[in-house]
Amino acid sequence: MRGSVRTGGHSKRRGSSIASTGLIAVALVASGCLGGAGDETAADPMRNADVTEFTLTITSNAIEGGKNSDGAEWIEDYVIPRFVEQQAEKGVTATVRFQPVGVDDAEYKSQIGLDLESGKGADIIDVDGIWVGEFAESNFVKPLDEVVGADVVSSWDGWDQIPESVQQNASYQDVRYGVPTGTDGRVIFFNRDVFAQAGLPADWQPTSWEDILTAAQTIKDELPGDIVPLQLNAGTAMGEATTMQGFLPLLAAAGAEIHQDGKWQGDTPAVRRVLELYETVYGSGLGDPVMQAEAKGRDRSFQLFTEGKVGMLLESDYFWRSVVAPGAEVAPMADRDEVVGYAKIPAITPGAGVNGQDFVSMSGGSARVINPNTEFPQQAWELMEFMNSFEATEEQVVSAPRITHREDVNATVLANDPMLTFIAEEVVPLTLFRPGVLEYLDVSVAIQEATYAIIDGATVDEAVARYQSELEAVVGDPDAIATG
Amino acid sequence: MPSPPDERPVETADRVAPSESGRRATTDVVGLGTARAVWFVAPAMLLIGIFLLFPALWTLYIGSTNFERTGPNHVNPEYTGIDNYTSVLSDPSFYNSLWVTLLFVVFSAVIGQNGLGFWLAWSLRRVDRRVRRTVEALVLLAWILPSSVVAFLWIAMLDRHGGTVNMLLDTPGAAWLVDYPLASIIIFNIWRGTAFSMMLYSAALSSVPPSHLETAQLAGATGAQTLRDVVFPHIRGHVLTNTLLITLWTFNDFGPFLITAGGPGDQTEVAAVYLYNTAIRDGDLGYSGAISLMILLANVVMALTYRRMLRKRSAT
Amino acid sequence: MAGRIGFYSVTCLIAAFFAIPLLWLISAPFDASPTYAVEFPEVTLANFATILANPYALPSLLNSVILAIGTAAFVVIGAALAAYALSRVRIPGRDALLYLLLLLSSVVTGTAAMVPLFLLVSEIGAAIHPVLGIDSHFAVMLVMSSGLLPAAIFMLKDFVDGIPPSYEESARVFGASPFRVLKDIVVPLITPGLATITVWTVVNVWGNFLVPFILLRDADKQPAAVLMRTLYTEAGQPNLALLATFSLLYSLPVVLMYLFVSKRYGFRFHGGIKS
Repeated sequence: MRGSVRTGGHSKRRGSSIASTGLIAVALVASGCLGGAGDETAADPMRNADVTEFTLTITSNAIEGGKNSDGAEWIEDYVIPRFVEQQAEKGVTATVRFQPVGVDDAEYKSQIGLDLESGKGADIIDVDGIWVGEFAESNFVKPLDEVVGADVVSSWDGWDQIPESVQQNASYQDVRYGVPTGTDGRVIFFNRDVFAQAGLPADWQPTSWEDILTAAQTIKDELPGDIVPLQLNAGTAMGEATTMQGFLPLLAAAGAEIHQDGKWQGDTPAVRRVLELYETVYGSGLGDPVMQAEAKGRDRSFQLFTEGKVGMLLESDYFWRSVVAPGAEVAPMADRDEVVGYAKIPAITPGAGVNGQDFVSMSGGSARVINPNTEFPQQAWELMEFMNSFEATEEQVVSAPRITHREDVNATVLANDPMLTFIAEEVVPLTLFRPGVLEYLDVSVAIQEATYAIIDGATVDEAVARYQSELEAVVGDPDAIATG
Repeated sequence: MPSPPDERPVETADRVAPSESGRRATTDVVGLGTARAVWFVAPAMLLIGIFLLFPALWTLYIGSTNFERTGPNHVNPEYTGIDNYTSVLSDPSFYNSLWVTLLFVVFSAVIGQNGLGFWLAWSLRRVDRRVRRTVEALVLLAWILPSSVVAFLWIAMLDRHGGTVNMLLDTPGAAWLVDYPLASIIIFNIWRGTAFSMMLYSAALSSVPPSHLETAQLAGATGAQTLRDVVFPHIRGHVLTNTLLITLWTFNDFGPFLITAGGPGDQTEVAAVYLYNTAIRDGDLGYSGAISLMILLANVVMALTYRRMLRKRSAT
Repeated sequence: MAGRIGFYSVTCLIAAFFAIPLLWLISAPFDASPTYAVEFPEVTLANFATILANPYALPSLLNSVILAIGTAAFVVIGAALAAYALSRVRIPGRDALLYLLLLLSSVVTGTAAMVPLFLLVSEIGAAIHPVLGIDSHFAVMLVMSSGLLPAAIFMLKDFVDGIPPSYEESARVFGASPFRVLKDIVVPLITPGLATITVWTVVNVWGNFLVPFILLRDADKQPAAVLMRTLYTEAGQPNLALLATFSLLYSLPVVLMYLFVSKRYGFRFHGGIKS
């Protein structure tokens, strides 16, 4: 592996190597060597720019035959051979390796964090967009301008194809750290069969929360008791899904961003409005609180949706393309295109959403960053350009369409998928992204706990009080919390 | 190379029979010698020293810093002395996890695995060989399967829709993992770990002289009396060793996470899950180092309690 | 007689308690679209075809075997030598030391020591020799052995304590070296104990996810415990068809090993752990 230091001590006697182990260990502990990833002085971006032979490694939380198998196959079967071929035409011998992972995101993050901390790791690394700020603060990653040079980065023509808002996914404090790899959007999915039985329209589009609750109440009144009208992600078992697919879009609908003008939303009217909605839904039998407490509740809600036992779900377009898609692994629906309806998330009342919007959404997405410790920054950037070219991006999504970061690719590959076109054209323009602030992940946990309190039977006052005190513990500075 | 006789009468609390201690006092009958003994112990101690003791001390050191996985405290961690410990001690989540773990350990290991393991070992002694073999194999199967596999088996058991338990008890829709989460993981852990106690006790029972049992039977003792007056004195040491080992293992068992993820809420957030959430989910490595030391201390207290109980019992 | 019937019904109930959870493992892998419900499936082998097409599935089982055998060798040999010496020669502070190591091993091997373990191997180990560095099965074996050795010594020592030293004395009279005595007299006597420790070690290695995950980067070297974690979708939904099928494949080797060891060497704490 690149970066492994060899001292040529193979044939040392056991005793002396033990002694040296001890010495190094003592030195390490004595110097308090815990963090300190990378040094502060930027290395020359042009190092090794002219070599005729180089090796690069790509890592991603994807693995053939497992998690995000398509992504892994795209890298192994398309990106690597094509790139190597291109380099060969220039007379350069490139070796590109892929290091698949494919585990839980928190564990993947721990692993690449350990690698970057010790100055190792792959040259090109896929990360969740929400980690970019954290990694930047930790010196795990550096601005692209520093790693590969400002001229080189800004001269890439691909940037013109990536909307400013999507670029935020790979940026921190308006500085680019990598290239985003796509985005998504949240909508309300509804089962048209359930709606038809309840006498609700097939082309439903609520314009206020009242509309949503009315529809849910209609389903509850008209249909048998084992059909859950509306399932909103809540509780701790769903992890980040509760925040991203539940609380945050609703908060936007109530007119607030979780981190606004440098302050976190504490005990504010908007937060209370959202928790009141949770209380209404789960307190009056419009949603099933037990399902939200179950560790496997989200999977179960997907399953029930396909069986026509759940009326509405607030989910990401991931639900459409990976969960209920015909032939999907989790809960495929052969008749998805007819049965699954989708609608934009309305503000509490028209115009009351964040920025005065009528409809809102939240988006996330991944990013690809270059390891600042790479030996070959120019070549790594060349590979990045290639991976994000029109051809490569199109190839990645042509068989399983999703919203990419490139508008030109979206225009061609999404044409046959009305749902994804809807997201790209109607939802992404009004969407919000999570704040790239260090405390976000802890705040998210506090939000999950607040919604859990509601499904566990607490009142809104109790849940808000607990949330507020948790927030104070996480954020520290009381001036950084908005209340009242 | 005879070793020097040990002159100090070391109080070895984990020696039961006085006759045994007496025999041990004249150690080294086989002429191993202290020097050679050290060489025999060295490979294991070397491995333990480098890959267990050293990281453990390092972890405890991290526990006295504000080191985190990412962010400013990652880049410039500071020595914070006992700050982490005072915040752990004022953290309700810590007490919650300690309490949950205690219930989990007491009911699933100390009572459940111990009791069922002993009962199986005792009652299977005289049954038909094939019956015994079959039951033992089933119990052992639960113990040797990987934990990620058994997690699925128990989710399938307790699932609210179509779970096996609901099918057998005819209780459709009962959400065992939500309504009785702690009881669920306790029963799960009894299923999972009884094999060890069963094996240990069946070995222990084979050390009870059959003549003693016969005498008790002739004297007309009931089953309970026989167990209390004849069997228990013989296996007292085994009971305590077994309890110590399964307590330690259960205290630090991560298995429940795979079934309930610590929930609902924090109702099954046992110590290992609390540690995982702190270290992996939240990335607070300094804090998790401090928690480790607290858990270690809790375990030390339990080990000492067991040793004291043993000492008291063997004194009577 | 009523007591006898009662006893057998209780035994049957307990057998059922241990057997019923296993049903899912037998039914789900053969089900085209398994859920958490145990159903008599329309039998299909398609899931097996899919999992065998996974380029990492079978190699990961082989990696698990390698790690298990290597670790078991370290643990059994290290623990046997140490347990014998500790049983036969009084070393001051021996019991306290054993207790301390046992406590440390059960507390500080998991998530909390992740960073020190990683740095120990990636910085110090790799600097000494790549075989002690990242991506080395050998390093993973050493790390896992160290976590298991204390409890293994603790258990084995009691087996050795159960052997009357008179056997060894007579061998010694005939001039056998201590190592010979250990090999030819003690080891045969504690074979069931060694077998038990072996199975216990293999079971622990077989299920360990975190250590190989943080110390191995090359997916071709990862054991089955890590592969098991990859059979989820992007958003963490389990692919039950693959997971159930792989669970069965993943379980078979340990079950076979248990059956083999149990038949060949006996599988019980013969003579028992004495305290």
